[in-house]
Amino acid sequence: MPKQIHLAAHFPGVNNTTVWSDPAAGSHIEFDSFVKLAQTAERARFDFFFLAEGLRLREQGGQIYDLDVVGRPDTFTVLAALAAVTEHLGLAGTINSTFNEPYEVARQFASLDHLSGGRAAWNVVTSWDAFTGENFRRGGFLAESDRYSRATQALETAKELYDSWPADAIAADKASGVFLRHPDAGTFRHTDQHFDISGRFNVPRSPQGGPVILQAGDSDAGREFAAATADAIFSRHGTLEDGQKFYTDVKDRLAKYGRERDSLKVLPAATFVLGDTDNDAQEKARVVRRQQVSGATAIKFLEQLWNRDLSAYDPEGPLPEIDPDVSDDHIARGRASVRMHRDPIATANEWRQKAEAEKLSIRDLIIEVTGRQTFIGSATTIAESINHLVQSDASDGFILVPHVTPGGLDEFAGTVVPLLQEKGVFRTEYEGSTLRENLGLAPR
Amino acid sequence: MSMPNLHLAVALDGAGWAPDAWREPDARPAELFTARYWIDLIAEAEAGKLDFVTIEDALGVQSDDPAQVQGRLDAVLIASRVAPLTRHIGLVPTATVTHTEPFHISKAIATLDYVSRGRAGWRVQLSPKAGEAAHFGRRQVSIDTQASIQDLFDEAADYVEVVRRLWDSWEDDAEIRDAATGRFIDRDKLHYINFEGRFFSVKGPSITPRPPQGQPVVTALAHNDIPYRFAEKSADVVYVTPKDAADARHIVDQVKVRHVFADLVVFLEPVRSAAVLSDARVFTGTPAQLADLLLAWQEAGITGFRLRPGRLPSDLRGITRGLVPELQRRGVFRTQYEPGTLRDRLGLPRPANRYAAEGASVA
Repeated sequence: MPKQIHLAAHFPGVNNTTVWSDPAAGSHIEFDSFVKLAQTAERARFDFFFLAEGLRLREQGGQIYDLDVVGRPDTFTVLAALAAVTEHLGLAGTINSTFNEPYEVARQFASLDHLSGGRAAWNVVTSWDAFTGENFRRGGFLAESDRYSRATQALETAKELYDSWPADAIAADKASGVFLRHPDAGTFRHTDQHFDISGRFNVPRSPQGGPVILQAGDSDAGREFAAATADAIFSRHGTLEDGQKFYTDVKDRLAKYGRERDSLKVLPAATFVLGDTDNDAQEKARVVRRQQVSGATAIKFLEQLWNRDLSAYDPEGPLPEIDPDVSDDHIARGRASVRMHRDPIATANEWRQKAEAEKLSIRDLIIEVTGRQTFIGSATTIAESINHLVQSDASDGFILVPHVTPGGLDEFAGTVVPLLQEKGVFRTEYEGSTLRENLGLAPR
Repeated sequence: MSMPNLHLAVALDGAGWAPDAWREPDARPAELFTARYWIDLIAEAEAGKLDFVTIEDALGVQSDDPAQVQGRLDAVLIASRVAPLTRHIGLVPTATVTHTEPFHISKAIATLDYVSRGRAGWRVQLSPKAGEAAHFGRRQVSIDTQASIQDLFDEAADYVEVVRRLWDSWEDDAEIRDAATGRFIDRDKLHYINFEGRFFSVKGPSITPRPPQGQPVVTALAHNDIPYRFAEKSADVVYVTPKDAADARHIVDQVKVRHVFADLVVFLEPVRSAAVLSDARVFTGTPAQLADLLLAWQEAGITGFRLRPGRLPSDLRGITRGLVPELQRRGVFRTQYEPGTLRDRLGLPRPANRYAAEGASVA
């Protein structure tokens, strides 16, 4: 029997992948948009719906970045509301472990798990920067080296809180007058480097015994954290060779923690462009890429590497001859992409060489180097490609990132999913009632 | 009609406000942690055309007595879960300010306003309990002195101020989607709130655009002078606990808030048990007797009532199927919902954005 594919839908987010200028693009705030995408994902029998989070608006050159979608609703609140309009779909949200306390975040996820009948998932992320901290009373920031220790301890603490209620704690026996069979249900004490807390947790054990845990970090510490604690990992490695390398690496780490290889699902993020034919899809993808990277966006991207004001440069012209400013004072704040370039001068040199060799303008180059479209082709091509990657252990499935809200998944759901179902590699009905069951994970 | 229509809310807490309510024949104690339970209760309140429901919450267990209900779900998430399944009723969850982040609560209540299309409110609650402080392990909370109580309320006032500034931190028309220039927002219409107070500071702006009501309805329970001053500064609706009509008149004179709602714990017949220790007066009797009391207190200046059903669902049904028809017969309660937001229903205008107003005065 072939491996079964897992698929999730990522609500288009606050980045330039999301095309807001398309006439088909709707609101990123109004609840109807979330309902539409979630219901499409559920009709297509996807495992879960995924919502990212932001805690400080991004800035560039000292001003709020205005070229991408700006703003989003609260993760928990949207997911709880979506539980009302879906029945089987998992509801996964990113919640930062740095700017939330374990007691509160544990009870929010336990509440979501109860209110959704066992469909909650927590994508645990960390922040450490003072920039984000300025929005929080806890303020300040963590040393970058401490962020995974806090995340690990926050997650361990949350799991202790979930486990503090025996599954049969509530008797609710009207005749005898015993509400709580275990009077000390919820009692906990946790002391470590980051938390010194005790008392009683006030949410009974939830249908999944706690949310499914997702993790997205790619560093060595992040991979180790995932191997130790996560149920699924949200990776950036969606190609065959790169995916296989990552897949082997994280699955090999599991034994150390006494875990089976199947207990951690590897789910890379993937964008896609569908066409009637492969050529048609390639042509559409070129149009989408130009929608995603306007001239103004290209200059802003270049500024993030160069760490300089490049507004005087022509996006249709050549790359700057001046070198990046490597002082610490970054021009862009609150953007993950900035941190990807550890050696800006080397990257700038690579980009210059590439632009010269391929005769690329600034905009052409940025389109090339920021391109993430994993799947481009006809429905048949994409279905075969997804299946091949999963059967070759490059992943266990994909988290699909449509570029248009809220209809961006319609075509995929209508064409690719039925092909995967015909191949017998994707469900036609949900297997279980909880997300954990649908992901094929052992109960906790 | 001599009196304006009165406003009516119910306060939902577990199986009801009576400690043994969960043992009543029609109580559903095993379902307290399911969505279905809350959907059914709030649908009943909506069928009764009530203004809004409040949902109790706290950051700890209710008691240590295994004969009483223990445990509860996050009230903001209950409200959000129910929002898409209701159309008219206001949804006012309780959220604690003492150990939580104003940035998170601001976007959560704003989002509840989006998912409910303008029906969100918030009951601001303080946590003076040492046990709840220990759940966070970051600070000690004391109410040993008047000064320490005042500090807790001052902190709460700063918290609400931050939340309100964050709601205003986006002007209503900030999203422009100007394809010609490539700008999604007009960033001049987003504002840093730059709050600096005694207890914390918050930069802003919010992540979430200004909610449909502009400012969701802020409510608070208050029993005496310090909380009255807090409510005047921070709340649109204050819940108070008069003993009788004369006391109600006295309280209304003391607290200057647009809406003064009187809280009552309510047992409507048939009364099996009314064993409840309460800050609010406990009413037991018929719907007609309750209607008499409400109208007498309304005469004393009370603008609305938050009834706390002693037993759920029976006393909620007593309100929706007994009290409400009685009030409708007397011409003092709506027979159908008018379209509009929770603010509209309470006669609270949609507030101007403080930052837009600032910009206009500078321009």
